[in-house]
Amino acid sequence: MATKEEILPDLASIVEEVAGVDASEVTPEKSFVDDLDIDSLSMVEIAVQAEDKFGVKIPDDELAKLSTVSDAVDYISSHS
Amino acid sequence: MSAAGRGVVVTGMGATTPLGGDVQATWDGLLAGASGTRPIEDDWPSRFELPVDYASQLAVEPSEILKRVEMRRLDRSEQVAIVAARQAWEHADLGDYPATEDGTPKVDGLRLAVVIGTGIGGATTLLNQDDLLEQQGLRKVAVLTIPMLMPNGPAAHVGLEFGAAAGIHAPVSACASGAEAIAWGWRMLQADEVDVVVAGGAEACIAPITLAGFCQARTMATGWEDPTLASRPFDAKRNGFVLGEGSGIVVMEREEFAKARGATVHGRIAGIGTSADAYHITAPDPEGVGQSRAIASALRTAGLEPSDVGHVNCHATSTPVGDVAETVAVRKAVGDHPVLTAPKGSLGHLLGAAGAVEAIATILAVREGLVPPTANLTDLDSDVELDVVGGEARKVTLDAAINDSFGFGGHNVALAVTPA
Repeated sequence: MATKEEILPDLASIVEEVAGVDASEVTPEKSFVDDLDIDSLSMVEIAVQAEDKFGVKIPDDELAKLSTVSDAVDYISSHS
Repeated sequence: MSAAGRGVVVTGMGATTPLGGDVQATWDGLLAGASGTRPIEDDWPSRFELPVDYASQLAVEPSEILKRVEMRRLDRSEQVAIVAARQAWEHADLGDYPATEDGTPKVDGLRLAVVIGTGIGGATTLLNQDDLLEQQGLRKVAVLTIPMLMPNGPAAHVGLEFGAAAGIHAPVSACASGAEAIAWGWRMLQADEVDVVVAGGAEACIAPITLAGFCQARTMATGWEDPTLASRPFDAKRNGFVLGEGSGIVVMEREEFAKARGATVHGRIAGIGTSADAYHITAPDPEGVGQSRAIASALRTAGLEPSDVGHVNCHATSTPVGDVAETVAVRKAVGDHPVLTAPKGSLGHLLGAAGAVEAIATILAVREGLVPPTANLTDLDSDVELDVVGGEARKVTLDAAINDSFGFGGHNVALAVTPA
């Protein structure tokens, strides 16, 4: 099981790849929608790549609850 | 001033083509009679035993200009549209976008439209994503598959970028699409629906199935060892067209609006004409009836006489039947006097982008008083009894010019271009 410290940089690079947001901007307190300007289609892409990278399942109803970067890191860490 | 009473002026131009990554490089290539046709650096032409292993490919790859995230999210047909549209917008000096507090862009989004056509759309995305679905399953299919393959994608992305809230349209009329987009924008400006229209065409579909399909339709130039000789409109040895890719975009404005903001005017779209052959799905009417009606209509809406037209930028794709049919139409609608050129000798056939890139060439010919040569025209077809420029560019003072575009389906579009 990956630790939160290990997950964050990998998740940040996925966000950079998908949405073009600089990885250094992807910090735990940031909101995907309000701070990083990521739309719902990009969130689906991020989820698909995160599932492959971390070996987790992120169903659509769970994805909708992940509003900040730390929400996503916590979810991945507790489900991988 | 056009017959309908409102002036439509061109204030910005952008392009990315097989001759160069911008308008200037493309124009220089046309004037030099250069060829943008190159061998396809891939094994599929030989793997599928295609009779053609060359195409007119972009001189500058979009990846050299766009950000990585833009490359991922856009089909190639959308990438070229964005590249050309940004150039045109900057050339027109419309300011930063989207809206900023310092009063830019210099046009209200509610008075701004985008009209960009394509012949084929995001075909390569459709093919690639179908491969992924077949080989790796649903999870590997891109989330953005549909917006990348839809033929209104180039128009939609450009419209979104500039905030064009008055309308975003995407005419699809095969190889007339780019010119039809300009005609559509002209009508919106004439109707005073908008102040500014960003209009043109985009195409990027050099792929095994498109090349194979055109080969099976017996429309392609085949058997040329030197690819640069394959596209040769009006030449006696022509035997088909060369598939190309690229985009051309113009910024058109209502004359009063352009004047009020002090914009530089490069030329006018004085009139437009559209018609349909209603004759055959791919072959043009050999009598040129529909095509001549489109040209006559462009002259009428521009308030021009046939004797005013000094130059015709021809659609001539280098097919045996099409090139001659066009000269019949030109003689009917304009007469024997205009100086002709066929830019596809240099550019290849950019399908849905052709009409827009060639409209830009026509605007530059009128502005510069210079008609580019038809590349590879060494032995004029004896059935062509008109003055086609070959060899070197010719100096001509032009009061008006016509730009022809025709498409599979019998679509005909003519644009009447006059000086600033």
